Amino acid sequence: MTATAMNLKGANLESAETPTQNEESADSLLQIRNLKKRFSLSGDFLEQLRFKGGKLVRHREYVHAINGVNLDIKRGEALCVVGESGCGKSTVARTVMGLLTPTEGEISYAGQRIDNLSSRELLPFRKRMQMIFQNPYASLNPRMTIQQTLEEPLRLHHPDWNRLKVQEKVQEVMSSVGIDPDWGKRFGHEFSGGQRQRIAIARALAVDPEFIVADEPISALDVSIQAQVLNLLMDAQRDRNLTYLFITHDLAVVEHFGTRVAVMYLGTVCEIATTATLFNKPRHPYTQALLSAIPRLEDDRPQHIRLKGEVPTPVNLPSGCVFHGRCPYANARCRQETPTLVTQLDGTRVACHAVEEDRL
Amino acid sequence: MTIPTVTQSSSQTTRPRIPSRWERLRDSYLWYSFKRDHTAQLCLAIFIGLVIVAFASPLLAPTDPYDLRQIDIMASELPPFWIDGADERFILGTDAQGRDLLSIILYGTRVSLLIGFGAVILQALLGVTFGLMAGYLGGRVDALLMRLADIQLSFSTLMVAIVVGAVVKATMGGAFYSEYAVIMLILIIGLAEWPQYARTVRASVLAEKNKEYVDAARVMGLRSKRIMFRHVLPNTLSPIFVISTVQIANAIISEAALSFLGLGMPETHPSLGSLIKSGFDYIQSGSWWITLIPGAVLVILVLSINLLGDWLRDVMNPRLYKG
Amino acid sequence: MALLEVTNLDVRFGLRQGEVRALRDVSFTLERGERLGIVGESGAGKSVAAFSLLNLIGKPGFIAGGSITFDGLELNSMSERALRKVRGNRISMIFQDPMMTLNPVLSIGEQMVECLKAHRRISSKQARAIALDKLQQVQIPSPETRLDQYPHELSGGMRQRIIIAIALLLDPDIIIADEPTTALDVTIQAEIMALLLELCEQHNVGLILITHDLGVVSQVTQRMLVMYAGRVIEQGPTREIINDPQHPYTQGLINALPQMATPGERLNQIRGSMPSLSNLPDGCAFHPRCDFINKANGEPRPACVQKVPEFVDSGNCRVACHMVAEMQEDRRLKLEEIS
Repeated sequence: MTATAMNLKGANLESAETPTQNEESADSLLQIRNLKKRFSLSGDFLEQLRFKGGKLVRHREYVHAINGVNLDIKRGEALCVVGESGCGKSTVARTVMGLLTPTEGEISYAGQRIDNLSSRELLPFRKRMQMIFQNPYASLNPRMTIQQTLEEPLRLHHPDWNRLKVQEKVQEVMSSVGIDPDWGKRFGHEFSGGQRQRIAIARALAVDPEFIVADEPISALDVSIQAQVLNLLMDAQRDRNLTYLFITHDLAVVEHFGTRVAVMYLGTVCEIATTATLFNKPRHPYTQALLSAIPRLEDDRPQHIRLKGEVPTPVNLPSGCVFHGRCPYANARCRQETPTLVTQLDGTRVACHAVEEDRL
Repeated sequence: MTIPTVTQSSSQTTRPRIPSRWERLRDSYLWYSFKRDHTAQLCLAIFIGLVIVAFASPLLAPTDPYDLRQIDIMASELPPFWIDGADERFILGTDAQGRDLLSIILYGTRVSLLIGFGAVILQALLGVTFGLMAGYLGGRVDALLMRLADIQLSFSTLMVAIVVGAVVKATMGGAFYSEYAVIMLILIIGLAEWPQYARTVRASVLAEKNKEYVDAARVMGLRSKRIMFRHVLPNTLSPIFVISTVQIANAIISEAALSFLGLGMPETHPSLGSLIKSGFDYIQSGSWWITLIPGAVLVILVLSINLLGDWLRDVMNPRLYKG
Repeated sequence: MALLEVTNLDVRFGLRQGEVRALRDVSFTLERGERLGIVGESGAGKSVAAFSLLNLIGKPGFIAGGSITFDGLELNSMSERALRKVRGNRISMIFQDPMMTLNPVLSIGEQMVECLKAHRRISSKQARAIALDKLQQVQIPSPETRLDQYPHELSGGMRQRIIIAIALLLDPDIIIADEPTTALDVTIQAEIMALLLELCEQHNVGLILITHDLGVVSQVTQRMLVMYAGRVIEQGPTREIINDPQHPYTQGLINALPQMATPGERLNQIRGSMPSLSNLPDGCAFHPRCDFINKANGEPRPACVQKVPEFVDSGNCRVACHMVAEMQEDRRLKLEEIS
């Protein structure tokens, strides 16, 4: 009953739910409300002009990277965002960190809106929120020594610290990630991929942040090194009481690392649940397909759910549910009406008409 | 498939030993390829040799060609030592005014190099600043600066120089022009060629800007100016370095061309270009050395710089050796 | 005799810092229709091993020793001309990046026809018919239109299917697939792997699958090699190695997977990282990271430091580790204790 009622409301409002509907907002550290981001494909004004039927028309095309995402990240948790390439998960991370400005929507950190702040006003937040990047080979400035790389954020955020204090802090943070502080005078390229990622983590931890956005931090690393870095991130969370927004495509990592999981498809969130619930009882057809596709050591034969076709381009979004083209349960309603996230009895929130109607 | 690379970092158990700057240079690819390339070695030797000799010309030159008292008009057009009729005081002979050719070439090379370096420093300052701003800030700034560069490039350097030179000469008078000729030439050549730098820098800034270390610097909260100059600029140095060698050679040639046209250095303080010009009238009358010897020096200087530039470009272009 | 037999393959790279040995003493066999996985981390030499089979390693690499026998032919000493008849024709390759194989300026059809005509004396029409058939086999929707499309018009998954169709074009005996699905998304990856497996079984084609993903290897291959720092350290039936790895490195790799640990707990990591090939430790290359050390003083066993381990038979597997017997003894004692 509640499910249909909420769904009707959602359908009328069209743009997902309003904050009042959300019982989770109270203890959340970061709130993302109806976030949209599109990128122009058409270049500058002159390139947009086209001749159509004898008239000069301004023609613009957009990539719709995120289309109305709502997320709440609670203090102390690790929220994992999973999805395939092009689903907008990295765009969410970069928008949260202010590397991109949202086209629409709001982002609040600890109750204060941060998406419309100037870079000067954002400075105090930069100390509290930090980011770890995917490619350890590109995320360290090749012309700076490790010492310089790690000192820079400290000097910026603690202008009152003297030289000695800065150096002490650098040494401390280096040993906390397992890099010998004596290596400080070396350059990034003299380290292996795993060590570089440790240094990148050290840079993020140097200003003692409380919230860290990690954008695919282990996917460029080798298997044995992945475990080391993942352990390091988990130790840091425990020791420093960190909150993570963890972006990844690797579901095995999510199962191990995440407190809650948000599954994204084509710029929308299709399911949010606690990790255990999601892996035991995936609701959304896409989540089910995604889970069945993980290559496991145990089974001898892959028994995965085969999806039709491939992810459509985010330039021309499909009408209705973005997943309907590949969904085995899609019907006429799915093709027309956009589903909204609906809370299930166990707290899982799913955006799927088939789940609502109990067709699955 | 990747070719196994050899990293210097050894296992974590050993005590780290920080290599000094000299050791880093010694282990670098730059030094390795320099050791194997004899052309580059020869060119560098010639170039450094010429620079030292030119800037030490007041000490090395047998006479001071700027000092009118030391000039003996009777000793004009004397041939170099290997030709009959040479005077032993003048190893390379004398010019039409009786100045010792060796001395005047040494002083002339100094003037040419001074203008070359000066113009390139000016070009680099302008071009790097504009290129960085255009590449990093993007949008309107980029469009404005790059259109400006396009306009600048659509006039040839010589044309701009001739027009500016002629206007200054006409308004301020020839004496003024002669007095400030070095500064004028540096300004003219420097202003005319900054788009070369701006374009090169902008292209590599665009490539660097998307790398994650720049994002990391932004996430840290650093201001644009610091990111541009502290993070992006040092990583665009290799193309700047390469283009600088070519530009020095170009600037020296431009200066020579302007001087040859009479818009450069005055005869009293000649550069290599004006020496070639002043001797050009005597080439028919048998005194070929007045023009050909400075000409040869100019060619050797420019050729060695250009060959060095070629070698640098090969070394610093990662595509050629990393593949 | 096996279809493909590699014995003591030795590959080196002449770099300015000196010669680097990328492969040492690599030996393995592949039966007709068998699927073999080569597993290892980056820098372990798995790709070099695959490329050297067809003598495709470019300068400064070269094969310094060993033999590669394929169906009675010695590939290592073969002329480039004769080798070309084997490449693509009897042994074909699938690369991680489809654009390495596909020429962006030729249509799919043109590329497939060209490839067929290079190896067989057939008309363009016949070649096109074969190409169409292969595209149908890889389950590409509307194959006729695909023939006239260009690579950039297709999605990543579609391109990789085309690559598989091209690899199958000349009905090869062996397909070498180098990380064929690493660049793809999870759902597409699963489909491509299933397709490759199905086609190999159907046509009795041998497969050498190079990957870092133990999950993929365990699902697709029958036998596997584990490589570390240029050497094979363990080989045998895939199931047996996955279920009961003998070499400490293989054990470490499998145990480091997130699915092997309780959610929220620390993962079982291997210490350190792989040594660079130019600076290998003495003895067993894995000994600085190995957990199987002398418990009394925390030092590695003398044998591990002094001597490169020989292969030891352990059931159906072969393991290059000095400590296999001891480890098995340890485990037996533990089991006895429990019972």
